Amino acid sequence: MIAHCPVSGRNVLKATLPLALFLVAGAADAQAPTLAEAAGSYRIASSSSIRFLVPQVGGGGGIAGEFARFSGTFRIDGRDVGRSSVEFTLYPESVRARERRIENFLRSSAVFDTANFQTVTFRSTSVAQTGPGTATVEGALTARGKTHTERFAVTLSDWGRSSIRFTIRGDIRRAPYGMDVGTPIYSNVVRFDMNIRGLRR
Amino acid sequence: MLRNSEDGFGAVTIALHWALAALILGLMVIGFLMRRIEMEPSLQFSLYQWHKSFGFTTMGLAILRAAWWFVERHPQPVASLGPLERSASRLMHRALIAIGLLVPLAGWAVASASTLDIPSFYFNLVVIPHLPLPKSEAAEAFWAFAHAALAYVMLGLVAAHAAAALFHHIVRRDAVLTRMLHSSFGASDRATEARDDENVVRR
Repeated sequence: MIAHCPVSGRNVLKATLPLALFLVAGAADAQAPTLAEAAGSYRIASSSSIRFLVPQVGGGGGIAGEFARFSGTFRIDGRDVGRSSVEFTLYPESVRARERRIENFLRSSAVFDTANFQTVTFRSTSVAQTGPGTATVEGALTARGKTHTERFAVTLSDWGRSSIRFTIRGDIRRAPYGMDVGTPIYSNVVRFDMNIRGLRR
Repeated sequence: MLRNSEDGFGAVTIALHWALAALILGLMVIGFLMRRIEMEPSLQFSLYQWHKSFGFTTMGLAILRAAWWFVERHPQPVASLGPLERSASRLMHRALIAIGLLVPLAGWAVASASTLDIPSFYFNLVVIPHLPLPKSEAAEAFWAFAHAALAYVMLGLVAAHAAAALFHHIVRRDAVLTRMLHSSFGASDRATEARDDENVVRR
């Protein structure tokens, strides 16, 4: 599933040098990269991770999983971060969980209904910068043919010349999307924890 | 009224008997549907949870029934019963009490050993902890088999028990069934007793 590409020594240097320089610079002035500095258009790399957790009553692990297939682009507006945007599509058929029975249940008509709805999409409608490296992204999330406004907290975690990395967290209530199966044994609120790597286009 | 008498059942025994009968038959139906019938996965999930909640209720009542059976006096068998019938009925009642405990216990073991680790949220009110059993696919499959096999054995015992009661009621026309329908202190008991007397005389 995950392709292992041989990396030449020169490529390693190419990849690590800007990061090293950035870290040194970061250490020197003790400043995180700002969103404005990271301006540009990016494609979401497949090395990103989209993890989720549905907590369960009485503790325990709950339903944890991730999506293996997704795609998307985003643009960071250098002059006005508020005008930045993101478009994201994930393919729920690619859901991975700790066992096959859970995966099949998530794909079934009880949850994502992948036979009828192949994608889950998110289109931002507003971006509000909340700190030098943090923002709140609001947008339209569409799943199972239903669209609702959702909000995600974005934190810039790493930044290089050709790529950028964010952690994105958001709590989504699943009942409005017709996915309330198993409540209240399993929480209505799904916790998303994403590590998004953008490659500059 | 509440307690058993020398020749009849009290309200506690009767209530436990019929509550368990209704629950057991209901659980059999739900259990069969959720395992054997093709249905929407969300409905199947709900049926499993209802099955578990009613199953725990049944286990609670079965424990009460067993305890009551141990501490409470047993009415004399209906006079018209022969020695073989008395032995068979005694054996059947013991078997029913035992299997009434074993089936839900095996069901609890299924939920406990399952790698799915789905909490048993009793009627969405309180979490009943899992039994301390190792979780594995093999353990889950074993307990699921044991639960189903014991349930089918119980169904067979219940069918034989009900058939015997109906046989006594329709063919023998004795009080075996009717004395489990109402407490021995009710007005209609006099009719039953009269019929018993008649049976005794006829014998």
